[in-house]
Amino acid sequence: MEIIIPIIVLGSLGLIFGVGLAIASKRLAVHIDPKLEKIHGLLPGANCGACGGAGCFGFAESVLKGELDISSCRVAEDKSKEEIAQILGKRLEKNVKRVAVLHCAGGNKVKNKFNYRGIKDCLSAGLLMGGQKECGFGCLGFGTCERVCPFEAIKMSDSGLPVVDPNKCKACAKCVITCPKKLFSLIPVNSTVYVACKSHDLGKDTKAICPVGCIGCKLCEKACVFDAIHVNNNLAVIDYAKCTSCEKCIAACPMKTIKSRK
Amino acid sequence: MNIGQFLAIFISAVFINNVILSRFLGLCSFIAISKETKPAFAMSMAVMFVITMSSMITWFIYKFLLMPLDITYLRTISFILVIATFVQLVEMIIRKISPALYRVFGIYLPLITVNCAVLGIAVLNIDMFFIGNKSITGSFYYSVFQGICAGIGYTLAMLLMSAIRERLDLCEVPKAIKDFPLGFIIASLMSLSFMGFNGFKF
Repeated sequence: MEIIIPIIVLGSLGLIFGVGLAIASKRLAVHIDPKLEKIHGLLPGANCGACGGAGCFGFAESVLKGELDISSCRVAEDKSKEEIAQILGKRLEKNVKRVAVLHCAGGNKVKNKFNYRGIKDCLSAGLLMGGQKECGFGCLGFGTCERVCPFEAIKMSDSGLPVVDPNKCKACAKCVITCPKKLFSLIPVNSTVYVACKSHDLGKDTKAICPVGCIGCKLCEKACVFDAIHVNNNLAVIDYAKCTSCEKCIAACPMKTIKSRK
Repeated sequence: MNIGQFLAIFISAVFINNVILSRFLGLCSFIAISKETKPAFAMSMAVMFVITMSSMITWFIYKFLLMPLDITYLRTISFILVIATFVQLVEMIIRKISPALYRVFGIYLPLITVNCAVLGIAVLNIDMFFIGNKSITGSFYYSVFQGICAGIGYTLAMLLMSAIRERLDLCEVPKAIKDFPLGFIIASLMSLSFMGFNGFKF
């Protein structure tokens, strides 16, 4: 008997509350746009907020209103995005996949100006007089980017430089943010050309310390027929909106600074 | 039942035994929603409402259901049941009646369901106003009043915290302690200062 009373009491309490809530939910049901419910159902439901909306429901609302684009959801699979696009009667505009590249080719070819014996980490090495390399802009080679990459897409090579595996790279930009020398950038995956240097030093100074640094000779600028590469403050920079990866600049570059990802 | 008793409950619940800063209940919402004053205030109002209402309901449940049947050891689970149901019901009602209010409260109401401050106050009411398995005179009013006062205490802590954090947002702090670590440090300092109220015992 002692055990039956609590069971009955708690059971009936639960039952009453449950039924009460069920009735209330029917009585107090709010009419929601069926489209909104469908879109919400197709979204991942992680409520991560990366899209800029207030959770998945907020995102669904703003997508329906046309304030946000479906492609700004980074988590949802392409398939469910297409289904959402069908519900809205729109075509899905795909974001161009991007991939990280390293803007330095120095590595072991650049000498050290002093013998750094601190923590083997680029962030701490960079704090000491801007790092141990002769070139103040170049890669320090302690592989902080390798450790920070969540997809194991970056590996340090024997030449003292990190190498990005484009198949594994998800363009999360962790390396771009972490690198103390800001040597990484994300470029469209279908562009193959990139400038492997970040040095703003004068050509003469660069040449003295690095065999592959950009000397700002502007030969690439002249070779480019699409007006896509420009030397700015002693450094060639590619405008990927214009670049067609014709690779004429690679042939023109006397220092072999401009490289192909192939 | 006299005015002095109510005053004692008020000062005790708001300052000396502040739900957040002295009892350490409901800390998750205290840390999570105290970044800006406006949502912090909305959350506080929602918590105050729910604590007051749940104090009322749990008093009835305890007095007329658990005590007569001599199953008072079921209070925790039955109170949780009551609070969860009540919050759900309130959410539905607000959603129906006032979509604007729902937008303000909407995200916080489900959070309140699992806010230990609500259960904490309900249990505290029972501990304080039911002595020797009998309710003291006026225990219902005391319970409801304590619910309101706990809500005021919660509001006070939330407003202080959010105001401090809003100002600190503009300051340059080391990256390692930005946001939550700093929040914890502030919370602990505030808690220390609130412990000063323990000096005057009522």
